[in-house]
Amino acid sequence: MASVISGGAARGKLVSNERIWPAAGETRLPYWVYSDPGLYALEQARIFCGPTWNYVALEAEIPKPGDFKRTFIGDKSVVVVRDGAGGINVLENRCAHRGAQFCQRHLGNAQEFICPYHQWTYRLDGTLQAVPFRRGVKGQGGMPKDFALDQHGLRALKVARRNGVVFASFADAVEPFEDYLGKEILALFDRVFDGRGLTVLGYSRQLTPANWKLVIENIKDPYHASLLHVFLLSFGLNRADQPNRLVIDPSGRHAAGMTWRGEQKRTADNVEMRSLIEDLKLADPSMLEPVKEYAQYTIVLMTIWPNLVMQQQSNTLAMRQVIPKGPNAFELAWTFFGYETDDEAMTRRRLRQANLMGPAGFVSIDDGEVMGFVQQGASQAPGAAGVLEMDGSGWSEETPHAVTEGEIRAMYRHYRKVMGL
Amino acid sequence: MNVAEISNPRELSSLELRGVIDTLYADYQGCLNEERFEDWPGFFTEDCLYKIVPRENFERGLPLATWLCESRGYLLDRVTAIRKTAVYAPRAIRRLYSGIRLLGWKSNTIEVRADYAAFETLLDEMTRVFNVGVYHDRIVFADGRPKFKEKICVFDSVLVPNSLIFPL
Repeated sequence: MASVISGGAARGKLVSNERIWPAAGETRLPYWVYSDPGLYALEQARIFCGPTWNYVALEAEIPKPGDFKRTFIGDKSVVVVRDGAGGINVLENRCAHRGAQFCQRHLGNAQEFICPYHQWTYRLDGTLQAVPFRRGVKGQGGMPKDFALDQHGLRALKVARRNGVVFASFADAVEPFEDYLGKEILALFDRVFDGRGLTVLGYSRQLTPANWKLVIENIKDPYHASLLHVFLLSFGLNRADQPNRLVIDPSGRHAAGMTWRGEQKRTADNVEMRSLIEDLKLADPSMLEPVKEYAQYTIVLMTIWPNLVMQQQSNTLAMRQVIPKGPNAFELAWTFFGYETDDEAMTRRRLRQANLMGPAGFVSIDDGEVMGFVQQGASQAPGAAGVLEMDGSGWSEETPHAVTEGEIRAMYRHYRKVMGL
Repeated sequence: MNVAEISNPRELSSLELRGVIDTLYADYQGCLNEERFEDWPGFFTEDCLYKIVPRENFERGLPLATWLCESRGYLLDRVTAIRKTAVYAPRAIRRLYSGIRLLGWKSNTIEVRADYAAFETLLDEMTRVFNVGVYHDRIVFADGRPKFKEKICVFDSVLVPNSLIFPL
């Protein structure tokens, strides 16, 4: 077992204790971005409540009128609900009266939302339907005559739906979803969400003791997979010496990494991957018997800014929703799914391969653990900075290999602009 | 401890059967608590089913498991991951069980439920409750010994504290 990293002289140079970005630009990543509570509050306002599209649900989770799902955008709890007309509304889970989170279940069905405190009652589109004692009791009390129900609804967010996936935004001025993704990322989104009906296979949730940006960076860093993930690389599932292609959207915030499967053997190209164990064999290989599903690529991992990792790893399909829980922790909520057209063998394959992912994943255990290690180290030296120089100092919208940190640099260029850093 | 082979388990008195099952659980958790992971697959039949499932999936009939092992081979592969491939901070997991309920025989299988709790101790941290749930088990006797044909750990806590690396 490889346990905690030992030795090494990774001493970061002290840059600043203030929130001033290092002069070297995105090749340096100041560690205060992971632990500063003031910055975290600003991220909530500018990113999660700003002009971004946040993933909230698959339509298959709420197929019938009245079906709802309680989830989060940043710190804020929201309810995603299907109304009687087939529309999907996303409402802030906060009663307009006294602020109670009226919805206390992950999933359910409701004809209307009633806050338990004083029974203010809302329609499924969030409009206020009724307020008890509005005219008082026996002529006493009651709301003012000019109290207008239509002025006191739940906060309704902007909603975008595309091929069974629901996104929402707190900002009215957000650009159309398709423009937000950009042409290349949209095409890769449509590759998985091609209009076929989806079926939900189940959920996994984990609370990782690390800043929420670290999980986005983890996906935007394809080079770690060839070094950290002994399981992946020993079975030839994802390695830098295999064909790779990376795409970054023009804004720098979204990205996708594509891989084709290679063979399990040591070659001149992978001798530096010391974790590769050549004689590793599964006692029961039925766990990993993928079938080709898409015309192109065996793995596509995408980050859709700010809160979604879309995973197509062979036959496992999952949405990994990032829910920040203060600067030092995030919840990763995994929704595994398949297609309505899947036969029993395909569903079984998806469930078996899901062993690689989630809080007990053969692969993703490593990620959750090292993100915790980074949070620990970065928090003890907020004035120091990480080094991001793999493959130079900039990035390209198109990269034909995985030995790069360009996607992370692109993300932080966008981040600095939004955050005014 | 070497227990005598049980040739005819259905002829055991309910008290004797309870003793046999309790010993199985004590040995099973003892094996894991002492991190003798190599011995763990030996508690299962070759064609076993072992799962760790969040209660929200279990109650909704959603098939996804956090761990899915469809044979003893899968268990061996998990041991390989623990010993060779997974990267993780050192930890101790201690499991307790309580309230064994023998639900009865179905042909040659005895169905059992038991509550369990697992505690996690990480470096520089206080011990915390890690995972709490119910074992839904089916036990058969092979060569005179009780073995798990099916063990489903259904856990209450929706959120896993980061990583679930060792079996429950």
